[in-house]
Amino acid sequence: MAQVNLRKVVKHYDETPAVRGIDLDIADKEFVVLVGPSGCGKTTTLRMIAGLEDITDGDILIGGDVVNDVPPKDRDIAMVFQNYALYPHMTVHENMSFGLRLKKVPKDEISRRVQAVAGILGIGELLERKPKQLSGGQRQRVAMGRAIVRNPKVFLFDEPLSNLDAKLRVHMRTEIKKVHQKVRTTTVYVTHDQVEAMTLADRVVVMNGGHIEQVGTPHELYHSPQTRFVAGFIGSPAMNLIPCGLEEAAGSLRLKMGNLAIPVPSDRAARYRGFAGRSGLICGLRPEHVFEDRRHLEPGQERFEAVPEVVEPMGNENLVYFPLDGVEVCARVDPDCGAQPGSSLKLVADLRHLHLIDDSTGRVL
Amino acid sequence: MAAIAPTAGTARSARARSLKHDRRRALYWSYFFLVLFAVFFLTPPIYMLITSLKSSAEVGAITNPWWVYNPTLDNYKALLTSVEYLTFFRNSAIVSLVVVVVTMLISIPAAFALARMKFWGSATLATGVFLTYLIPETLLFIPLFKIFAWANETFDVSLMNHWWLLIIVYPTLTVPFCTWIMIGYFASIPKELDEAALIDGAGYLQILTKIFIPVALPGIIAAMIFAFTVSWADFLYPMAFTTSADQMVLPAGIVTTLIKGDVYAWGQIMGACLLGAMPPLLIYAFLMDYYIAGLTAGATKG
Repeated sequence: MAQVNLRKVVKHYDETPAVRGIDLDIADKEFVVLVGPSGCGKTTTLRMIAGLEDITDGDILIGGDVVNDVPPKDRDIAMVFQNYALYPHMTVHENMSFGLRLKKVPKDEISRRVQAVAGILGIGELLERKPKQLSGGQRQRVAMGRAIVRNPKVFLFDEPLSNLDAKLRVHMRTEIKKVHQKVRTTTVYVTHDQVEAMTLADRVVVMNGGHIEQVGTPHELYHSPQTRFVAGFIGSPAMNLIPCGLEEAAGSLRLKMGNLAIPVPSDRAARYRGFAGRSGLICGLRPEHVFEDRRHLEPGQERFEAVPEVVEPMGNENLVYFPLDGVEVCARVDPDCGAQPGSSLKLVADLRHLHLIDDSTGRVL
Repeated sequence: MAAIAPTAGTARSARARSLKHDRRRALYWSYFFLVLFAVFFLTPPIYMLITSLKSSAEVGAITNPWWVYNPTLDNYKALLTSVEYLTFFRNSAIVSLVVVVVTMLISIPAAFALARMKFWGSATLATGVFLTYLIPETLLFIPLFKIFAWANETFDVSLMNHWWLLIIVYPTLTVPFCTWIMIGYFASIPKELDEAALIDGAGYLQILTKIFIPVALPGIIAAMIFAFTVSWADFLYPMAFTTSADQMVLPAGIVTTLIKGDVYAWGQIMGACLLGAMPPLLIYAFLMDYYIAGLTAGATKG
């Protein structure tokens, strides 16, 4: 059992706060991804779990034991670094077995374990090579192998794919997921790439400015973001965030964006009624919920007209950008719907997937 | 388009020509200066070699100083059968080798501590180490006399006129500089490497011996060459601190025993110097390639 718990963990560098009191419970065998923009405290959090950074305040527990003052080597963790950090003067075999040799594990067991892990990662042929004779992807595998071979309680990954080219990155992402499905070790993974976070994680932790914005499954974060930051950060292309107002007329609630006024679906109306007439509201609507006109519309879907400024063909769909109340809005439309820059286009907004955000607090209402 | 293409082609070939021209001119100048330096630095050893092959009579005679008319190996024979000269050689060898070992034993851990274990005042200390190197030995040998005299009075240990005294004194010249260049070398090792080792279960001593020393070997060899050269060639301290012939090292020994009053045994002096220059020369010749070779390649991305 190796759950990881963070209790009100705070980190200051001199006087500058990097992590401002975060609570997080990571279950045994879970794959958790910390994601956020640079400087959000995700790497610092990971390094505190590893024991490479002191904790200013709070507690970190691994397997139920407080490890605040336990040195890294006694925490039974393994870490994969962004730049691999392979020992340049050792062969792949020596790199992978370094930790075991320090622990004085018997030679034949070391060699058995290295062979087994090399088999999982497909690097059995490379064991006698030095790191400089390996490609980027192979080095990445060796770095993972070095972590796996020690059979630790927790794996820590610090942006392990950001040094690889785009194609290899996608490939290695799948490899990491496969490896986790095989070895089932509790994993904490740091990345700034939200696609990596969504594809790998059991649960994603979105961090911003030293706080945790939201913790949830990829599905929850995508469909029910709790803050404006999460709404804008998760998803590509990003969610449209359009300033709006709510007005109540003749018992029905309408969403006003610029010169558009769209009725709010009745099941949402009860939730939003209290905010009618309030200023400082933002309408969050994902690009896939703005699409080309269709013959049959569901309740909650409303037509409107827009003039696209840019049309980006993606093959399976076209991304259409048009201005609305001073904001650029993105819609995903059928490539055959005839969208042209500069000519008016009938679009549909699906307000059943609306996220109404209070601009002053940044919370989703 | 048709009109533009040939113009672009001409411009490109003109550019290539001018690059080639620039390169050739740069090479001419490089060779000019290289030859100039080679002549400048090789003239003294060649003159030494010529003189060492002459008899005393020929050195004294008014003939062409750049030519040997009656070559003889007598000077070398005399040197290699002289107990004194061989003693100087032995003393120099022992002193230099021990100084290299002592310097490494002090400098490597010091550089590791100053480069990696951030403690209060470590940056100031690192600069301080380098500043001590800037104090010339000519300023230090008189205070050192005082220290030796004090040691003699207080502990009744006679330090003066012993060849092993140099083993104590030379590290004051070699340790600061070697520590300084190794701080630079250690600092260039990616921090993730020690963090990975730390997580793998290594202590600081193991990180030093199993990671830093092998990875920084080129830098350590450079420092060793420096320490060896300094202790092999130093002249002032052995002149000041050793007086009897059996306690001297080469640089002081050659000057004191081969110059008797105003009689200079030029042939032997030159031969002795040439033979004395051999060990550093051999070390440079064999270790140069090794210490230029980049060992850190492949540690991290790049």
